[in-house]
Amino acid sequence: MASWTDMVFVLVVVIDLFLLASSRLGAAIRAVALQGALLSLLTLLLASTAHDLGHVLLLSVGAFAIKAVLIPWLMFRAIREAAIRREVEPIVGYVPSMMLGGAGVVLSFAFSRALPLPTPEMHPFLVPTALATVWTGMLLVVSRRKAVTQVLGFLVLENGVFVFGQLLADIMPVMVEAGVLLDLLAAVFVMGIVMFHINREFASLDTDALASLKD
Amino acid sequence: MTPVVLLAPLVLGFAGLGWPDNRTRPRILLAGALIHAAGMAGLWILPGPPILEGYLALDAPGKVVLSTTSALFLASAVYAQGYLRRRDDRDNRVFVGGLLVLLFAMTAVGLAQHLGVLWVAIELTTLATAPLIYFNHNARSLEAAWKYLLVSSLGIALALMGTFFLALSGAGPGGPKSLLLADLVRAGPELSKPWVRAAFVFLLVGYGTKMGLAPLHSWKPDAYGEAPGLLGALLSGGVTNFAFLSVARVFQVTRAAGEADFACDALLALGLLSMALAAVFMAGQRDFKRMLAYSSVEHMGILAVGLGLGGSAVGGAFYHVVNNGLSKGVLFLAAGNIHRAYGSKRTDEVRGAARRLPVSGPLFLAGFLAVTGTPPFSPFWSEFVILNGAFGAGRWGVGALFLLFLAVIFVGMGATVLKVVQGDDRGAPERAGFGDSWLTAGPPLVLMVLVLALGLWLPQALQGLFAAAAQIVAGS
Repeated sequence: MASWTDMVFVLVVVIDLFLLASSRLGAAIRAVALQGALLSLLTLLLASTAHDLGHVLLLSVGAFAIKAVLIPWLMFRAIREAAIRREVEPIVGYVPSMMLGGAGVVLSFAFSRALPLPTPEMHPFLVPTALATVWTGMLLVVSRRKAVTQVLGFLVLENGVFVFGQLLADIMPVMVEAGVLLDLLAAVFVMGIVMFHINREFASLDTDALASLKD
Repeated sequence: MTPVVLLAPLVLGFAGLGWPDNRTRPRILLAGALIHAAGMAGLWILPGPPILEGYLALDAPGKVVLSTTSALFLASAVYAQGYLRRRDDRDNRVFVGGLLVLLFAMTAVGLAQHLGVLWVAIELTTLATAPLIYFNHNARSLEAAWKYLLVSSLGIALALMGTFFLALSGAGPGGPKSLLLADLVRAGPELSKPWVRAAFVFLLVGYGTKMGLAPLHSWKPDAYGEAPGLLGALLSGGVTNFAFLSVARVFQVTRAAGEADFACDALLALGLLSMALAAVFMAGQRDFKRMLAYSSVEHMGILAVGLGLGGSAVGGAFYHVVNNGLSKGVLFLAAGNIHRAYGSKRTDEVRGAARRLPVSGPLFLAGFLAVTGTPPFSPFWSEFVILNGAFGAGRWGVGALFLLFLAVIFVGMGATVLKVVQGDDRGAPERAGFGDSWLTAGPPLVLMVLVLALGLWLPQALQGLFAAAAQIVAGS
């Protein structure tokens, strides 16, 4: 089982790096969907010590339905309606963002080495993976121009937080977990509506068109 | 009484979303505001017990912020009656419903005694606000709403990470394994210190984004510039105050864990940076609503400095929460009236507001004097208490910078405000039918009277409340 779990963590980080290098939006959305599916699997793999199995199943199925199916579907609909396929000229190029992402992974390992967990360790890769994924998400949001890519970045960021939440699956109250999934859904839902309007006003999903408010 | 205050806005919010008639719908908003204010008044007379197993309760810090917001929301709801009547070309379904849901979310933040509940409520304030910023349905308000949503969502995601860190710090053997404030504070030194520190950083960045502290303020000028004045009042006098309350809650835990020095330094740095940045951007600002946004950055900075100084300054910060809420109400509502009467918010086009709007124009000037700390208005006293705290604690550098920034801001903001208020309004752009009326000029006038009254005489009950809030948050 342990090697399976290792494998999932590694794949999550590989997807982070892939996203930083990817210019095709379709491929990026599929990668985020796959990452969501991996997280749902992770919930099950890490649950060996959990007390409440029903709770774990709910979280896993919920994560799969929202992160791997529903949101990617919404995103595909958004890019189909706006007829866009590529991220044009990101603010930070693909190679530099890959390197920043790689540096993030290294730093995440260093950081988690420096901060010993107060709880019995769940898996040595958990904290570094969570931090690296959060870092990737931040990087995507600030370094890309397309609204769709920025939302993808936000989803990756949320995925990182979700990985970290696994540490607390046993002790965290139900409503915090429910809050994660509900708010994720709600955030993207509202973002989707906003994007729809951006689409109608500017006939593209380029947030550079949103640059008339400056000092 | 607590469940009424919490749930009435939510129920009426849904009623507002379902109400068919555009003309009578704003009355639901007024009803919600009245019930909320009456409920809060009831809670002053007869404190209610905690609800939901102690997850929600009204303590002193919550009471300060919630009472202020209740008054501000009531003033805004009255103002909305006049405002929405003049804007009956626009469907106000989402606006009325959204404002009431926002009031519900803010009330939940004020009552939350559990950091998870607090986080969910903060998230809800963001979701409820984004469609409200888009009320004017043009490209500029869309840009503002998009920026607000994206920046706030990032902040909220980081705040959740911080909340997890805090939960983890108490998850060790013997730890509280809880996110209830009381449990965390009781556990205090038992919490894992490195994780408390990391949690404070993430939560300060996360909720600091909602407060609009520099350098996390980038959404603020756009959102305040494009949103209706009434929403600007509720954002800068309500939502940001609640974000400050959230930071104060986290500070409470951090202090109990013995990491107060670190947290204070971080708060002082961000607070002074916010004041400095506001001073720079306020000078030469050509858009008077964006200028108010930088004033909001400044006042969030003042709150952070007050909390960071500790000691008597913390009570001053809670006093300033009240003054910030009320005086921002005056400024934004008056600015909204001026904006509509001229159809412009640029200072090279708007002049002579005192002549064209005999109430709103002078109110804008009086609001400026109040908010920049001119005696005898109440913000002068709260800023004085904070400054006194700085010098009393021997923090000469902090006190000197605080004074310097206040002075620069007074000059910078004054130049813009005087341009708008003074002069001859002939030849300036004009839109007929948007003069002062009781419904639009009355509410800021009442708020201004409150600001003046609190400056002249601070009731004993309020002084006691500020002291109690400071005692809970900073033990001083």
